[in-house]
Amino acid sequence: MNDILLFTLLTLCLLAIVLAVVLYFVAQKFKVIEDPKIDLVEDVLPKANCGGCGFPGCRNFAEVTVKAANENNSLGDLNCPVGGNEVMKQVASILGLEVQEKDPLIAVVRCNGSFAHSPAKVRFDGPASCAFAHQLFAGEGGCQYGCLGLGDCVASCIFDAIHMDATTGLPVVNDLCTACGACVKACPRGIIELRSKGKKDRRIFVSCINKEKGGPAKKNCEAACIGCSKCQQVCPHDAIVMANNLAYIDFVKCKLCRKCVEVCPTDAIHEINFPPRKPKLEYTETNTQPPGGHDRLEKVQPVQNKTVDIE
Amino acid sequence: MMKLATFRIGGVHPPENKLSANEPIIRLPLPKQLVIPLSQNLGAAPKPVVKKGDEVKKGQLIARGEAFISANLHAPASGKIAKIDDAVDSSGYRRMAIFLDVTDDEWMEGIDSTDELIHQNLPSSEVIRERIKEAGIVGMGGAAFPTHVKMMIPEEKKAEVLLINGVECEPYLTSDHRLMLEKTQEIILGIRILMKAIDVKRALIGVENNKPDAINRLQQFCNADNGIEVHALKVKYPQGGEKQLIKALLGREVPSGKLPIEVGCVVSNVGTAFAVYEAVQKNRPLIERVVTVTGKKLTKPSNFLVRIGTPMSALIEAAGGMPVDTGKIVNGGPMMGKALPTTDIPITKGSSGVLLVDQSESRRSTPNTCIRCARCVTVCPMGLEPYLLARISKLSLVERAEKERIMDCIECGSCQYTCPSALPLLDYIRLGKQRTASYLRNRK
Repeated sequence: MNDILLFTLLTLCLLAIVLAVVLYFVAQKFKVIEDPKIDLVEDVLPKANCGGCGFPGCRNFAEVTVKAANENNSLGDLNCPVGGNEVMKQVASILGLEVQEKDPLIAVVRCNGSFAHSPAKVRFDGPASCAFAHQLFAGEGGCQYGCLGLGDCVASCIFDAIHMDATTGLPVVNDLCTACGACVKACPRGIIELRSKGKKDRRIFVSCINKEKGGPAKKNCEAACIGCSKCQQVCPHDAIVMANNLAYIDFVKCKLCRKCVEVCPTDAIHEINFPPRKPKLEYTETNTQPPGGHDRLEKVQPVQNKTVDIE
Repeated sequence: MMKLATFRIGGVHPPENKLSANEPIIRLPLPKQLVIPLSQNLGAAPKPVVKKGDEVKKGQLIARGEAFISANLHAPASGKIAKIDDAVDSSGYRRMAIFLDVTDDEWMEGIDSTDELIHQNLPSSEVIRERIKEAGIVGMGGAAFPTHVKMMIPEEKKAEVLLINGVECEPYLTSDHRLMLEKTQEIILGIRILMKAIDVKRALIGVENNKPDAINRLQQFCNADNGIEVHALKVKYPQGGEKQLIKALLGREVPSGKLPIEVGCVVSNVGTAFAVYEAVQKNRPLIERVVTVTGKKLTKPSNFLVRIGTPMSALIEAAGGMPVDTGKIVNGGPMMGKALPTTDIPITKGSSGVLLVDQSESRRSTPNTCIRCARCVTVCPMGLEPYLLARISKLSLVERAEKERIMDCIECGSCQYTCPSALPLLDYIRLGKQRTASYLRNRK
């Protein structure tokens, strides 16, 4: 009996030693040499694995950045929108490079077809999926460009940054948004856009993507852009483009002067996080055409540092 | 009694509710304005050849199908083109349409306006195909696939038999049934024309056994001379599906992803056969069709012969007006039809019925979780696994969906009809099909 036990133990030990030696040589032969910088870069990344950078995960992004740094000696367009400038600076310092500061972006919902503005004419009782409803019909309010309100964007967000507002039926983006772009892809109508966060979180944008002519657009939604181009005429910075009966504000050129907001007849242009306006009468009396009039206005009125969601 | 033929796997038997089966076809008066959507056929939309302000005669070409899969459009009445603009059509979206202000109902010259039956002088198959193409005929069963494309048989293939679909398995709808009763001889002639066009000696008409009058009537005109046979089929949905009909009538199975010509068949609807007769023998383009207007609460469920472009509201008005508690207006039958957002939507070549469902029946039940009872698998006539396809589609796993043969789904809705948990199976499968189709297109 003892002999069998001894024999078994010895065989197993011998086998273990032999295999260990084999494994050692195999490991040497097939060793994967990885740049240690990849691990360092990965450590500073947010590890959300959201795909906002365009790569499948943070590890892959780290590999790509290190590769780019080694080959081109620059990071090019590589950017982690979630980490923002801070993380990209750290990444660059690990790789011994410099990065250009990028404007932080935020998701903006360009539809104002709330229950009040675009009352439901029919009721949809199919599965709660925008993608499905989109292939079926124009929408409860009748606008074929507008928000379907079934929350595909909410389901796609892993940062809890977008919610449906029960009173308006439209999605609302909050400060947690990292501009990863998941909701932009999830929206079958392409309503959500990544726009510059703007100075002091202030933004101006056309909250409508209806490409129809004024009449049909207005018929379905009170707050639709009717393509009247008043905003384009009043814009001193040439930031507004008119195409397909629709105004679009270029956020790179826009200086946040708010002139377009005032002239829009359907209130389709939205301003966010601006201090309340002075009464209009006083405003026109004191400065008819002041250069950079709104800077002055801000100085007079202390900025209220509050975050307001999309109105 | 001999056991009736049917297809092998799956199928359901929803309540038939053929309320308008005994109502003769009535010609509806012309409305003041017709709205003719450009995209009425499967494939590319035809291009308009008229412009605003043009005077057109009934039967005149107003849009030409230039692409390979496309169909011509003709003026359904004489009048003036008011505008070419967007209008909401049965897709639920605003799309290009021709607005025609109707002045009178005079046919264009060169069109036989009599009701006289023309038996003689069937033209050659090339001429038949050309006339079918010119007349803009599409499959009248619902899918609206251009008929002239179907008639073009690839050189290496050979059609052996023509199958005529008189099944009308959708509950409520009776337009094909009435057409078979009232236009029997025209349909038989249309079938003979189609047989000549594809050069076959045999044609089988499949009719479900719930229409014995139609079967008897058709039988009177079928004999060994013309090679047309009528077959009574067991009542089972979706027997009107192309592949199901082939299985029921011939026992042949169309391979996955292939067309009926693979097993030597060409399938056409009775409505199409009638339209073909009109086009070839009378030179009349396809400008009108029979539409069933039905619903349990409707005072007068009827079958109307209407011009393409007539708004559905006119049909509902003629059938006794919209009942107060209407919950849904469905374009087509209850199984495959689509709920519409408004009644201003025009009738197109593919609309076979307008169904008004009352509120109590129209609401969907709240979906529960899948209990894995596999009833959907049992009833799927294509042998698919709907619960799995729905789940895959929800997660957008297109490659997996392709492996699970999602593209074979005929969207009959049997799975959703039978699901005890009221899951929106077909809704998700449709979405998945669309995504898979675009994935397959991009891969090419």
